Formats: sequence, C-alpha cells, structure tokens
Amino acid sequence: MGIPWFSPLRRGYRSILVGLLPLMAAELLAQDIQVPPPPFSDGIFPCTSCHDGKTMKVNLVRRELKDMHTDIVLQHGPSNRWCLDCHDPLDRDRLHLAGGAKIEFTVSYELCGQCHGEKLRDWRAGVHGKRTGSWNGQKQYLLCVNCHNPHSPHFQPLKPMPPPVPPSAIQARKGAAS
Amino acid sequence: MKYQLGKASPGEPGATRSFKSRRQFLGTAAAAMAGAMATLTGCDRSGVEAFLQHNFRELTKDDIKQVIARLEQEARRKYGKAIHIGTEPPIPGVLFGYALDLSRCIGCRRCAKACVKENNQSRDPQIEWIRVLQMDKEEGVDITHADPYYNPDLVPQEGHFYMPVQCHQCRNAPCTKVCPVGATWQEKDGIVVVDYNWCIGCRYCMAACPYGARRFNWGDPMVPADELNPVTHYLGNRPRPKGVVEKCTFCIQRVRNGLYPACVEICPTGSRKFGNLMDPKSEIRYILENKRVFIFKEELNTKPKFFYFYGV
Repeated sequence: MGIPWFSPLRRGYRSILVGLLPLMAAELLAQDIQVPPPPFSDGIFPCTSCHDGKTMKVNLVRRELKDMHTDIVLQHGPSNRWCLDCHDPLDRDRLHLAGGAKIEFTVSYELCGQCHGEKLRDWRAGVHGKRTGSWNGQKQYLLCVNCHNPHSPHFQPLKPMPPPVPPSAIQARKGAAS
Repeated sequence: MKYQLGKASPGEPGATRSFKSRRQFLGTAAAAMAGAMATLTGCDRSGVEAFLQHNFRELTKDDIKQVIARLEQEARRKYGKAIHIGTEPPIPGVLFGYALDLSRCIGCRRCAKACVKENNQSRDPQIEWIRVLQMDKEEGVDITHADPYYNPDLVPQEGHFYMPVQCHQCRNAPCTKVCPVGATWQEKDGIVVVDYNWCIGCRYCMAACPYGARRFNWGDPMVPADELNPVTHYLGNRPRPKGVVEKCTFCIQRVRNGLYPACVEICPTGSRKFGNLMDPKSEIRYILENKRVFIFKEELNTKPKFFYFYGV
C-alpha cells in the first residue's frame, strides 16, 4: 500500500499532472462562465461564406479595404494593427491567439486577455463588466465585445436620461399635489 | 417602559424596540372608540385597522397576513390591478454590500430611472432615490463642485466625473437613531428600512442623513397603473401614502430573492457591484480586498455598506 506514489515513474506523472493543474483550472473556470453569443453584424457570420479560401484567395497584404468592411475603423492600440492579427487567415470562422492557437468567437476574451490581462482577471472575478442574474447563484456575463467594439474599443458616449426636477419646480405647483 | 430614546444601539442590526406601553394605551383607547369613530367619521373598517396597526417588528404572523391582505386590497382599489406584497425575512449569514466604480460611471442616469420604475417611486411630484452628481476632475470629490442637473447631449463630458449617491445603508446609521417612533431600522442583512405605516412624517431622518438619501412624499404619490411594479415588499417598493419618508432598500424585493438590484442590472458600464459581504468569494469582497476603495464622508463614522472604488 502507499509508497507507489513515490516510485520515480509515478513521481514523473505526478509532476506533469501538477503542471497541468493551473491549465485545467483555467479551462474549468472558462467553461463555468456563461456568455451570450458574440454580437455579429447581421448576415456577416459565418465568414467562410465569402472567405472560403477558393473563390476568394487569402491576401496577407496590409492594405486599405475598398470593397468590403469599409465601415470598420481600426482604432485599437498601435496604428499597424491589422485584421489578421486576430482573425485567422486560414480559418476565418475563428480567431487566433498570438501563439497561433485557434479559438472560437465565443471565447474571444482569451484573445483580449493577452494584452489586457488585468481586465480579464477582474472580469473573471465579476468586477470588470456588467453582471446580471443572481448575486448568490447563476450569473450572466457579457463578452468583452458586447460592450467594446473590438475594432474601436473605447466605450461610446451616451445620451443621458433627463435630469431630476429641481425642488423649486415642485414647490411651484405644490397646491396641485394633494 | 422598555422603549428608551438613545438606547437603540447601532451595533445591533435588527434590534427590536418594544412599544408595548404606548401601543397598549393607544390600542385600548382606540378600540374603545373604534365603533364610534366608524360611525362618526365615516372611516371604513380598513381605515380603522390601519389606524390600529402596530409597528411591523411587533406583528405576529397572523397580524402580518391580515395587514398584507388589507394593503393588497387597498392597492387593487387604487390602481385597479393585483399586486403582491412580500415579507421575505433577511437571509441568515448575509450582509449586503455595494460598490460603485467611479472610474467607469459615465453619468447616464439609467440607474436613477430604472430605480424609479422598479420601486414605484412617485412620478409627480417626482421622487428619485438615486442622485447622480457631476463633479470636476480638477476638484475631486467635492460636494461644493457637484451638479445634479447637468444635461449635455452626450456623457461623459470632458473634465468631469460622475458620482451617483443613494442610501449608504450605514452600519452606524444616524437616520435610525433620530427617528422618534422607531419607524426606521436596520435589518439583520444590513438593509435600512422604513415602515411606511408607522412613519409619522417628521423628517428627522432626512435631516440626520449626511448623504441626502431619503425622500419625502410631499404629495400623494402618482404612479401610472400600467407602470406599477406588482412585485413588491412591505419594507420596500409597495405603494406609499402621502406624508411618509422613503429610501433605497437595495431593492429588498429583489435581493432577498437572490436577484441583483435594478440599478446593477441596468448600468451599461458595469460600474455597479453588489453582493454578500460575508461571502469571501463574492465580487464585493474581491473589490474591498483588491481595489482602491473610497468611503464617502468617512470622517462621520457612519460606516456605510456602500463603497466607491476605482476599477482601473
């Protein structure tokens, strides 16, 4: 009994397991987070309906887009940012991380978190971004892109709701409220 | 006489005071007169019952049932629709806390308006429990440079930041201490509530509150029947009469059923955070342990459970 855990072979396995644990934990955490579907523009997904790699060849050249996607303004970090930094050139229905790993649009926060690590950490903790649902139960998260346009992420200004009625205005019609 | 002014210790949330002698006196006197009153003043049975109703904390389960039935009936008569008045008690092991991210609030006032709808606040004369203050970045948090009436086309405006103020649900609440009749108190889950049927409308609590968080019904509150939220709580958003004080209750009708307050759910920037201070894994505890936290008028020792923080 016991002991086998200390055999060299087992120890080897165990160190691999221990090494994997943080990754597994992150994976579990990611699975636990429920997010709404990404807010694609109407009719734009799947991207492969145009970018199928056959009728439209992959063009890796950095250029100004003239025919399609002209509405997209890239105002995100350095000026040399380019579509294919995030969108995968060979698999257009997915994104890729800096290391080349392909990810689905539904976990795009992994991509954002490569640069905005501290935001991702706060987001996972429920502190960055909006939470709805239950404070002591199931919480509904939002993807980064539900609030921040990934191409131009600065939060857009809003029209404020009307200001409160000043007391003087309420006083003026005091007789009316009975 | 058990009830002594000034003995209401802030360290005991939910501590009940006894009003026995006063109630016994009033009860006996009024009971003797009830029949006469009914005929003399034309006061109906429900009015007499309302007059004789005790402080909410002294009601037995049967009393509460009767009171709720009467209030629901009154609301049905007034608004022509059925409402539910709940009496959910505090959840054991829960102390509610709130945090607001000053670095993210853009001052859009959606919280204030959602609060009005959720909590059946009077539309006319207007009552809003949340007040959003626009402040100068150069001045920092300074009430003398605060403007609640800003109205530009778009917010946030250059050079300004925004600070919504609502009830801070103080652990050392000055408002509950000054109430001469014990109509406002702190519940075990930390929510400071008002018994609208016990409030006499003296407004001492409003004078005592350093955050300007309490509102008085100067007129008969007007809420359009089709906008009336039928899910209510006795100590929260049930229809109020004229002449009583009301305030933010963290949406007691929602949070005691596990939901977030309405202002948290509406905030487009996610600046509003809510949770259980006793739960080490809650969002609120993460903020208190990891972020720069600011307590408004901390020097007054009110010990709020409403915190401001800087999320960036």
